[in-house]
Amino acid sequence: MTARGDAGRRTVDAPGRNAFVYRPTASPQEAANWTPRQVAMTNFRTVLGRAYPRVSGLFREKSWVFFEILLPFLATSAFVFVYRALEAPPQYIGFVVLGGAMTAFWLNVIWMMAQQLWWEKSQGNLELYFAAPMHIMAVLFGMAFGGFVMSSTRAAAVLVVATAVYGVSFSVDQWALLIGVFLLTLAALYGLGMMLASLFLMWGREAWHLTQLLVEPVYFVSGLNFPIARLGVLGSVAISILPLAVGLDAMRQLAFAGSAYPAGTPAPAIEAGILVAMVVVFIVLSRWTLAILERRARSEGRLSVRWQ
Amino acid sequence: MSGTGQPDPRPANAQPLAIDVRGIRRVYKVKPKPVVALDGVDLAVEPGEFFGLLGPNGAGKTTLIKILTTLLLPSEGTARIFGFDVERQTKQIRRIMNMVAGGEQSGYGILTVREQLWMFSQFYGLPTRDGWNRVDELIDAVGLDEQREQRVSTLSTGQRQKMNFARGLLNDPWIFFLDEPTLGLDVAAARSVRELILAWKAAVPGRTVLLTTHYMAEADELCDRIAIVDHGRILALGTPEELKKRVQRESVFRIELDRLDGGVGALRRLPGVVNAALAVGDQATTADDRQTVEVNLALVDDAALGDVVGALGGLGAHILALRKSEPSLEDVFVELVGRGFDEVVRDGPDPDRRDHHDRPTGGDRGATDEAREREIEVVG
Repeated sequence: MTARGDAGRRTVDAPGRNAFVYRPTASPQEAANWTPRQVAMTNFRTVLGRAYPRVSGLFREKSWVFFEILLPFLATSAFVFVYRALEAPPQYIGFVVLGGAMTAFWLNVIWMMAQQLWWEKSQGNLELYFAAPMHIMAVLFGMAFGGFVMSSTRAAAVLVVATAVYGVSFSVDQWALLIGVFLLTLAALYGLGMMLASLFLMWGREAWHLTQLLVEPVYFVSGLNFPIARLGVLGSVAISILPLAVGLDAMRQLAFAGSAYPAGTPAPAIEAGILVAMVVVFIVLSRWTLAILERRARSEGRLSVRWQ
Repeated sequence: MSGTGQPDPRPANAQPLAIDVRGIRRVYKVKPKPVVALDGVDLAVEPGEFFGLLGPNGAGKTTLIKILTTLLLPSEGTARIFGFDVERQTKQIRRIMNMVAGGEQSGYGILTVREQLWMFSQFYGLPTRDGWNRVDELIDAVGLDEQREQRVSTLSTGQRQKMNFARGLLNDPWIFFLDEPTLGLDVAAARSVRELILAWKAAVPGRTVLLTTHYMAEADELCDRIAIVDHGRILALGTPEELKKRVQRESVFRIELDRLDGGVGALRRLPGVVNAALAVGDQATTADDRQTVEVNLALVDDAALGDVVGALGGLGAHILALRKSEPSLEDVFVELVGRGFDEVVRDGPDPDRRDHHDRPTGGDRGATDEAREREIEVVG
């Protein structure tokens, strides 16, 4: 039996095995008895395996350049021109550019993560995932990781282009905290996406309508195009529940240090603490909702019977 | 039929049954009234068996497979796979089993065949490089070498099913659940898939296959034992030969004779003959243009044939050909259910697999025609 490896499609001999015999085991009981390391490695590999389609899709479907860079850039540009016309302080241009860059992550979470399990079910993938030996959370982490790579590329593109075109100058004093807040924001966002994925699947086809309903309100209360402090109490509420709102506010404070920033929101370090709490809560909730989903799926037939 | 497949009591140290189902009942709570998909099923499948569930759409085959593959909980009863409980020991079962369904559209069209299979290999914990090697081995084995770097979205139905089959073998399962694996395939692709299944099973003793199908000839060809299922119940269970014997109360032979003085009436009077009738067309022509007579002969049993053959000489007849006629599984089904298989297939939607009816290629007439073609192909 010959086989080709991934490195240059080399041909290797695999003595003692063939396509129909890969891991000989003495009995099904032996084959079912996995070590903790096997379990952990399978979950880790699942994350990478599930991320693969998203990362490879980045290079195969070029339409995202138009839909997720050019169109958000136009929306960002509109606000830039408004602020310039109103002779707003120059950092406001930076605020809106940063908001435009972060839009990519929100779109990814709400459009792809949240609807992903529902879509996987309709494709017939979900039952294969549940019938495989890895933890289904690893699949969700894989989706999140793939989405993170994909969205980071888009966000970076928007940020670089908009910064160059509109001459935004950043002033960062605490790089470590800024990077930390950025990563925490993404972790919280994708944690939210993982939780929504299970909820949306349980809610069925109404999920799509719910997604539509949520996009603009979340854009607004997250302060994507203006400092959220301007929203007063509503802004405070948004900061306490929306990772995009709190993360973006902290990043704006850190990326434009020294410039006048509207009062009314917590300091970046406190907002980082809020993000940590959100990460924990969303991950725990996503694990919990996924467990409920699997239980209901098995008891009600929601996974195996597509028309229910 | 509860009890038909009742698991035998086994010694404590015996190897667990590959499938041990006891009193399984599954009810879907749907409006306007609950649907009973399984209604008290008992089943015992030995390790190494190729076991078939044969029945029309809506019989409960897919529901049973979903329960055995840990995707669905039974409403009542217990089920074990190699001793592992389907409700509580799902992880162990998922490590030793895999499944492929007919018409499966899983995966991501943007990936190539190779990439898609590698992705699934990661779900079973294959190391990265090992995964690529394994994928290439399986691609070769299933005959998809030319499609290796082709996007999944561009595969034909048959190619896609071969890829699905390769996916199902990635983890070297001990038990393979095949839910109508040749559904929608053309004759050649269906044959190829069947050959693959048999080759995989033969590679390691103890590998077990549970196949659901409503293609009778496929079940007849592949399965060691078959359970005929309808309305959530097992109506009969046994080897294909045993099942056919249920409906064959006499031994039936077709005899081709050079002549038959006295007609079939003379045959009817012979000892051991239950009935004798001229075959359709009543006369045939041999290669050298001689007229011959074909007779369908029903005997009390096979042993009576010797006396009949001896007596034929006295009637001035010489046997040109002799063939035993056996009932088909469809005859068994008709006897058990009281209606033809095609008739049942044309009845309403399948609560298990409605998606199959929704596909443009899976219309009732198409499916029935495909079944006929496949039966002809298998028999031929």
